[in-house]
Amino acid sequence: MIEVRNVNKTFNKKQILFDVSAKFEAGQTNLIIGQSGHGKTVLLKSIVGLHSIDSGEIIYGNKVFSGMSFTDQKEIRQQIGMLFQGSALFDSLTVEENVKFPLDMFSNKSTEEKLDRVNFCLNRVNLENVNHLYPSEISGGMQKRVAIARAIALNPKYLFCDEPNSGLDPKTSIVIDNLIYEITKEYGITTIMNTHDMNSVMAIGEKIIYIHSGRKLWEGNKEDILVAKEKELNDFVFASELFKRIKRNV
Amino acid sequence: MRFVFHIGRYFMFLNRVFKRPEKFKIFVKQFFKEAEKLGTNSVGIVVIISVFMGAVITLQTAYNLDMAFIPKYTIGLAARESVLLEFSSTIVGLIMAGKVGSNIASEIGSMKVTEQIDAIEIMGINSSSFLVLPKILALVFMMPLLTVISMGIGISGGWIAGFVSGEVPSTDYIYGIQYSFKPFYIVYSVIKSAVFGFLISSISSYQGYYVEGGSLEVGIASTKAVVVSSVQIILFNLLLTQLLLA
Ligand SMILES: Nc1ncnc2c1ncn2[C@@H]1O[C@H](COP(=O)(O)OP(=O)(O)OP(=O)(O)O)[C@@H](O)[C@H]1O
Ligand SMILES: [Mg+2]
Repeated sequence: MIEVRNVNKTFNKKQILFDVSAKFEAGQTNLIIGQSGHGKTVLLKSIVGLHSIDSGEIIYGNKVFSGMSFTDQKEIRQQIGMLFQGSALFDSLTVEENVKFPLDMFSNKSTEEKLDRVNFCLNRVNLENVNHLYPSEISGGMQKRVAIARAIALNPKYLFCDEPNSGLDPKTSIVIDNLIYEITKEYGITTIMNTHDMNSVMAIGEKIIYIHSGRKLWEGNKEDILVAKEKELNDFVFASELFKRIKRNV
Repeated sequence: MRFVFHIGRYFMFLNRVFKRPEKFKIFVKQFFKEAEKLGTNSVGIVVIISVFMGAVITLQTAYNLDMAFIPKYTIGLAARESVLLEFSSTIVGLIMAGKVGSNIASEIGSMKVTEQIDAIEIMGINSSSFLVLPKILALVFMMPLLTVISMGIGISGGWIAGFVSGEVPSTDYIYGIQYSFKPFYIVYSVIKSAVFGFLISSISSYQGYYVEGGSLEVGIASTKAVVVSSVQIILFNLLLTQLLLA
């Protein structure tokens, strides 16, 4: 479980996050939703410690993660897998080397065992025969999947995904969403995912928090979200023509 | 004020760079990869520049000392002193600032803006040490080698230019380059070039590591890397000359 308590974050005197608190349970897909530029990425990066927070606490299990030194954070960091908004694959390494990277750094497995693990992870994300290609040689959707494979290489307890399906077609988006959902269930991972895609929300949103202008305005599940009263949330949820029609029908 | 800010952040950056590597085996592998990329791959340009540098120094000295009472071997002597003391280390330093400095800054800068550095950091790896330490050590190790190569090639270039143009007879030149030879001058240049290697790699890495934005900013950072390292090379050249030769 991950808990966020009263987090505030400022960049160059501009406050981005205002007193955000939330709880994210293990074995479920927790979604952070909101409009572009309203602080989702900043919140996610604050939770994983890539941004230091001004005040508040980030708690992993029963350990207060925020405020630990980089060296002390190490133990928790090695249980974190993260999928970045732009995949963030190492472009000087092949697909295989990318997935093997965390294993090389942190496991004492033999080369064969590592390769087995790499192939297992690539299989898990339905990628075959791409081991020796470079990230620039595969499609955006494939890059996302390689990034997922890299994120799960060390069997993480916590998985963070920043807009895993931005820039992907609807069908590939569903594949990625389902993959994240299945992996979460299979290994009982605490998954936190940023998205502004309502399709993902309706497909895999078990717990949802809505961020608007750096504040948490709402939390609930995918059933509640369609009948929520908050105006800003409604504007967000029913922004697309498709969801407007759904609203007329419910 | 900006200047003070950068100096402070630069030293804090170095403090993070000089940490024990996560895995020694991987560090050694990276070191050799960088030594090849930054050093070995620059031999070609160093050779070309050095031949011409030596040739020009010799010919200019020959034209300027074209007087009956000055023996011809002084031209060889003067060419040797210029190449060993000053030209090889400084020119190689400036060339490498242009070639390697921009390369390092843009490599690290684009890793920064595409979140690859975040991806390293999130695993609990000290990204500055992981990415930058092998580069700094590799360049500090390779620069003296390149400089020594440049010395040999530069002096040979002068010799070729001398006898091809007919300005300096081969025997005079060879006598000149051996005349009252001080080995310390080579040591002095080697020390300088190692310092230049450190300046180029650390300054360029620093410029890349703190890029914010996109590819435009990466370009700006790599230009800055070249300019700042070149200026620092010139400054430290003066400083080290005072320190080592005065
Ligand atoms: N490193 C930074 N320095 C300064 N300001 C930042 C930084 N990172 C983000 N911001 C600012 O924080 C605000 C929120 O940005 P954030 O990236 O969290 O948005 P987002 O909700 O993830 O949007 P998107 O859906 O487009 O990814 C923006 O106004 C942005 O300019
Ligand atoms: Mg974002």
